[in-house]
Amino acid sequence: MFKTHYRLERHSIALAIAIIVVASIGGIVEIAPLFTIDETVEEAPDMRVYTPLELAGRDIYMREGCYACHSQMIRTLQDEVERYGPFSLAVESQYDYPMLWGSKRTGPDLARVGGKYSDHWHVVHLNDPREVVSESVMPAYPWLLQNRLKTEKLDLHLRTLQKLGTPYTDEMIANAVADAQGQAAPNSDQASGVAERYGEDTNIRDFDGNPDRVTEMDALVAYLQILGRLTDAAYVAQAEPQPQPVEE
Amino acid sequence: MVAQLTRNERHIGLALAVFVSLLGLAMAAGGKQDLFGIHGLIVFAFGVGSAFLLISGFHLPEPSDERLTRYYDDPIKVGLILSMIWAVFGMFMGVWVAAQLAWPALNFDMAWTSFGRIRPVHTTGVIFGFGGNALIATSFHVMQRTSRARMPDQLSPWFVLIGYNLFCVLSVTGFPIGITQSKEYAEAEWYADLWLVVVWVTYLVLYLRTLARRQEPHIYVSNWYFLAFILVVAMLHIVNGLALPISLASAKSYTIYSGVQDAMVQWWYGHNTVAFFLTAGFLGMMYYYLPTRAGRPIYSYRLSIISFWGITFFYVWVGSHHLHYTALPHWVQTLGMTFSVMLLVPSWASAANALLTLNGAWHKVRTDATLRFMMVAAVFYGLSTFEGSFTAIRAVNSLSHYTDWTVAHVHAGALGWVALITFGSIYAAVPRLWKTGQMYSPRLVEVHFWLAVAGIFVYVFAMWNSGIIQGLMWRTYNENNALAYSFIESLVAMHPYYIARTFGGLLFLCGAVVGFYNLWKTIQLAPREQEVLRDQPAAVLARSSAVQPGE
Amino acid sequence: MPFEHETLVAFAKSFGLFYLIALSVAAGVYALWPSNKARFDQAAQSILEDEDRPCR
Repeated sequence: MFKTHYRLERHSIALAIAIIVVASIGGIVEIAPLFTIDETVEEAPDMRVYTPLELAGRDIYMREGCYACHSQMIRTLQDEVERYGPFSLAVESQYDYPMLWGSKRTGPDLARVGGKYSDHWHVVHLNDPREVVSESVMPAYPWLLQNRLKTEKLDLHLRTLQKLGTPYTDEMIANAVADAQGQAAPNSDQASGVAERYGEDTNIRDFDGNPDRVTEMDALVAYLQILGRLTDAAYVAQAEPQPQPVEE
Repeated sequence: MVAQLTRNERHIGLALAVFVSLLGLAMAAGGKQDLFGIHGLIVFAFGVGSAFLLISGFHLPEPSDERLTRYYDDPIKVGLILSMIWAVFGMFMGVWVAAQLAWPALNFDMAWTSFGRIRPVHTTGVIFGFGGNALIATSFHVMQRTSRARMPDQLSPWFVLIGYNLFCVLSVTGFPIGITQSKEYAEAEWYADLWLVVVWVTYLVLYLRTLARRQEPHIYVSNWYFLAFILVVAMLHIVNGLALPISLASAKSYTIYSGVQDAMVQWWYGHNTVAFFLTAGFLGMMYYYLPTRAGRPIYSYRLSIISFWGITFFYVWVGSHHLHYTALPHWVQTLGMTFSVMLLVPSWASAANALLTLNGAWHKVRTDATLRFMMVAAVFYGLSTFEGSFTAIRAVNSLSHYTDWTVAHVHAGALGWVALITFGSIYAAVPRLWKTGQMYSPRLVEVHFWLAVAGIFVYVFAMWNSGIIQGLMWRTYNENNALAYSFIESLVAMHPYYIARTFGGLLFLCGAVVGFYNLWKTIQLAPREQEVLRDQPAAVLARSSAVQPGE
Repeated sequence: MPFEHETLVAFAKSFGLFYLIALSVAAGVYALWPSNKARFDQAAQSILEDEDRPCR
């Protein structure tokens, strides 16, 4: 009795192990080389990290599910490059935890939307898209202007990302909350530290047009305005090779 | 429900419920400044609810050993009901999000009803709520019947079922209030993911323990598919879900992968969820319910084994076809494309196997809508696997990717294959489980069938059209060698199709509602279990005492 | 990382082919092995039999 029992159990365990082995090898072969891929990822010495405000904006972008309709990945196809700009490089999303390449374009690609429109345009558009694009089907996000941005835990966000490998310095982490406030308030005392820590090119502006408060709109617009602008690598690299035409 | 648990199981169950309540309380207290606290309260409510249920039946007499001469079907029944509830809920959300794309004002300018927040509620509701509950329930049914063995205990199936639904509830309540990891089809945050691991391991152990009680050495092929579903989904879920929370009192976490690695991991997960959640598990269903309903053995058992290993092996390589022409290395894209095309062989072998099984039973297909559900599901399985291989070819993908064509493909698979095989299996299982002989109304099954098929056709054709138009408009050049259409022009062209797809989805939803009504009425026809129970001959009771309880 | 990226890629590209062939052969042999036929036929039939009560 016990013996047959054991034999049967062995049978099903063997099946289970076979399934695991057969199913995992494909994944290992495909994914393992990607962890040494830093050897092949393009060099981008000018690559900078997200500021705390931009990171908060990125969280809002994820929270609202923007990635469901907007991709951030320009493919190496002629028409995409002409429509959206130089095709995306792997290095450009190396600090994206998780990546937001997307899989569907109900709206246009946003990989290089940074700097394409004014802050004011974004604020009006997010508040009510049909005010600027009458045929748009994008939802309106009126609450972004009303909600105060929660900055209290931003140091924890930066600390976590530092553990995962983003080169945030301890000084950046210590000043995360102040920097988030300062980036959206150019006239405040906190503003100067942002440029010091994140570079002179950092956008330090009152993004939402309301100098009294730092809102979720500030954060989201700050994030949108940096998309495609963390490094110039794509613009430099694509001066030489041509994108593949649509027909292969 | 509680009456069927032994005293010992009631104790363990109560301890678990109390533990979950305390966990929920700790989450609520620790995260009261955060959305985390809300989820703490939900966990707490689940724990207290379970404890209350157990206590209310705590004094009941222990079940007699007679139960061991029967299969344990209570959790299966509850699982099927939950599955239909999730179906109606998830499909309603689907119709709603579809309607928002045609008429954006339908979100009423509220945050929690905004498209981006409730789209994952729809996908999670239908895939994990409807599909997952159906898989769990039917797998309990199939593993017991094919092994000729009762489940080894009464507590773990309930833990799996209730625990899994807690995961689903945490998911769909999180997205509208802004808790999301934003990984497609794995949006739930770290604590829900961890909880699912616990549930899933229990599920696997329960499955293996039941199999170990069988008497035939050979394991019927349905169980292979269910096992692959459980094992590989565990693997996918753990690897894709690895994340670092910003603090233990916060819902927010960061995935450990970034950029191109994350893209590969996510689509390795994403496509294998299609493979092992939405294909393998449902093939397990098909290989049991289709032959039993048709009254004929599977056409070729050998073919079912060969296609099993083919699917298990090929599918894991194909995820990268979601990333053609991106920053992913070219050779990985090529690998994904090649294996996607090869995958057609085992996929069509399965579809053909199902259809050939019906040879000699086609007259039943004509009169029996339940069998017809499964037949059409097999046809759609063949169609959408062909479409999948086709759109995985790089050149085709350059047109189809990012467009509604993908949406058409997904829904041909999800509605045509997954939902139809599930409805067919539910209609086959329900009369057997509740011992009613047949559904309350076979005519309503017929109505459901035609609503579902009509809905799929409207939906899929609308999305095919819009996807191809979209893809072509984006790449059309005018005589000056400039792009001919702005993006917004392509969006305007989609409007009629978005209305049509909403209508198609609505038809499908109506079908599910009819199915739910039919299920409900069938349950009311069921003979009372208690009366059957007391009416057992003494011989049965004597025979059963030889069986070890809980073993 | 102890491995060079190129080595891993080369391994992934070549090994996969042999693995694929070996696996297909193994699955095919198991499914078509003559002495397994009786067992498979029995399994295919088994689900159609009366399922009223479990054996254990």
